[in-house]
Amino acid sequence: MNEPKHWLDRPQSATLLVRILYLACAALLLADLFYERHGHFEFEHWFGFFCGFGFLAYVFIVNAAKVLRRLIGRPETYYQSTPPERDHD
Amino acid sequence: MTEWWANPALLLIIGGLLLPLLGPLPRRIMSLALPAASLVLLCCLPDGESGRAVLFGLDLVTLRVDKLAFIFALIFHIAALISAVYAWHLRDVLQHASTLVYAGAAVGAVLAGDLITMLLHWELTAISSVFLIWARRTERAYHVGMRYLLVQAGAGVLLLSGIVMRYTATGDLAFERMTLDEPGSLMMLVAIGVKCAFPLLHNWLQDAYPEATVTGTVVLSIFTTKLAVYALARGFAGTEILIWIGAAMTLFPIFFAVIENDLRRVLSYSLNNQLGFMVCGIGIGTDLAINGAAAHAFAHIIYKSLLFMAMGAVLYRVGTVKASELGGLYKSMPWTAGLCIVGSVSISAFPLTSGFVTKSMILSAAGEEHLWLPWLILLFASAGVLDHSGIKIPFFSFFAHDSGKRCQEAPSNMLLAMGAAAFLCIGIGVYPQPLYDLLPYAVAYSPYTAGHVITQLQLLLFAAAGFAFLYRRGWYPPEIRSLNLDSDWIYRRAAPALVGVALRGLDRLGAAWQGLLGNLARRSLAKVGQVQRHGAGLIGHQSTGSITAWVTGALAVLLMLSFLLGRS
Repeated sequence: MNEPKHWLDRPQSATLLVRILYLACAALLLADLFYERHGHFEFEHWFGFFCGFGFLAYVFIVNAAKVLRRLIGRPETYYQSTPPERDHD
Repeated sequence: MTEWWANPALLLIIGGLLLPLLGPLPRRIMSLALPAASLVLLCCLPDGESGRAVLFGLDLVTLRVDKLAFIFALIFHIAALISAVYAWHLRDVLQHASTLVYAGAAVGAVLAGDLITMLLHWELTAISSVFLIWARRTERAYHVGMRYLLVQAGAGVLLLSGIVMRYTATGDLAFERMTLDEPGSLMMLVAIGVKCAFPLLHNWLQDAYPEATVTGTVVLSIFTTKLAVYALARGFAGTEILIWIGAAMTLFPIFFAVIENDLRRVLSYSLNNQLGFMVCGIGIGTDLAINGAAAHAFAHIIYKSLLFMAMGAVLYRVGTVKASELGGLYKSMPWTAGLCIVGSVSISAFPLTSGFVTKSMILSAAGEEHLWLPWLILLFASAGVLDHSGIKIPFFSFFAHDSGKRCQEAPSNMLLAMGAAAFLCIGIGVYPQPLYDLLPYAVAYSPYTAGHVITQLQLLLFAAAGFAFLYRRGWYPPEIRSLNLDSDWIYRRAAPALVGVALRGLDRLGAAWQGLLGNLARRSLAKVGQVQRHGAGLIGHQSTGSITAWVTGALAVLLMLSFLLGRS
């Protein structure tokens, strides 16, 4: 292909973006120390509750879905022999 | 007093029905002008009940404008206008016409003051919307459309039965808040539950929506399910079971969405999950919760149609929306990619977007009522939303590995429609007060507190970190060509298989009966012949006539059984 390589196509760029994300996460975790919390539940006040909950919920969802795929995944032709047609309208 | 004919719904429905009489350009102009005119009419309607009419001796209130009805009618109009811009390039009169009739029916149902008017419009939404699936004009779409229509018609019959039971017992047709111990109300709740895609009643949605046309799916995503949300908010606010139904709805679709390959089907699961937040809010039933549900429906219609529009543009340009076939499209469709990301951050409820200022109301309402488990479920589901709609949709279509596919950017009318939706997503997020002013109840609510913003960012960015962590290690499930079984398997595979087994069993039974009865008849006839030859024993003193009658009777029974059982 002749098209110029885009900035986003470089692996270093992806690594940089992920590092920025991790840094933002670290900053947000520390932010827990600097504001007064008014949650409705006691557990909302635990240090890093939303951080841990977000990460663990996400990892659980993805892994549970992998198990679900093994149970309910079927070939595309399961209900009919031909996959859906191309559509333009 | 407003007359019954001064109804925005009638303008859209009659306009839609007359649309095929126009030429291509006037038709497209009218597809925009009619929702605009209807919106003006809606804004001119006075508050309160009006448009009284009599049908078969029943007094109907065809127009009721209050804050709850108005906000739904308003967003239906805004969405109809945006989707008309999105469909501007279309030359298909069927889709233009059915979109207008469908929009009119939905508007008419939310403005209905009584159950019969609501039912009539409700049925019309089902009938008019199926053409958006059939407009794909393939055999597959025909079958999907039939399944969709059967489910919708079934829900209509349930609703009608509930209304009849209520009317018979109480003589009341008003569409107001009801409780589950009132006659017919449970049946109505189940009917609305079908349209709202309650768990196990949901799968018509994921079956049908992704199979409609490019514009058809956008239009379908707007009306039917939100009409059901409106009906729940009107009739069943504060019904406790809805808290748990809503929580379950937010939960189960996220797992299906993670492993689904068709990105419009991913969005359909995501739609189901978003409905769960609204249903939960309605179940909580406090002023803040109902406000949250209505506001979330408003915001959701915009960002969900934006996402469906973006995936529709990909389907239009590339010919597929399968994640396994896509990737790297940001090079060809940078504007579509950018607008899709706006939809994704909105549905994920990042601060400064519409999802944040509406969803947080429902979570706050759950918190205020100390509903810790529903609150935790909604929080968990919010992490799921980030995966399927926040990351999966834009990432696997526009980024991820480059599929090598190159195409044109989306047509300018599609970009304009997506741009308008994206503008509203950000606009509502940055300045939510005009939306809050439209809500049913006067409740002071401030979404932008330090706690709200920080905790929401913590949840979302740590979930995003979860994605980065899993994806870079190769632990994220790959996008593969496949389909996933869901509850539609019951009526697409299990039920036909069971019926097949039952029919084969009946066939065998029939054959056995025929054999048995045939044998009996032959033996009887032989016996009769024997007796007649020897002239003794069995017939004794009976006449030949009565013997003939018995034999004729036996033969008649044999014939009838053969006819009933002999299918072949």
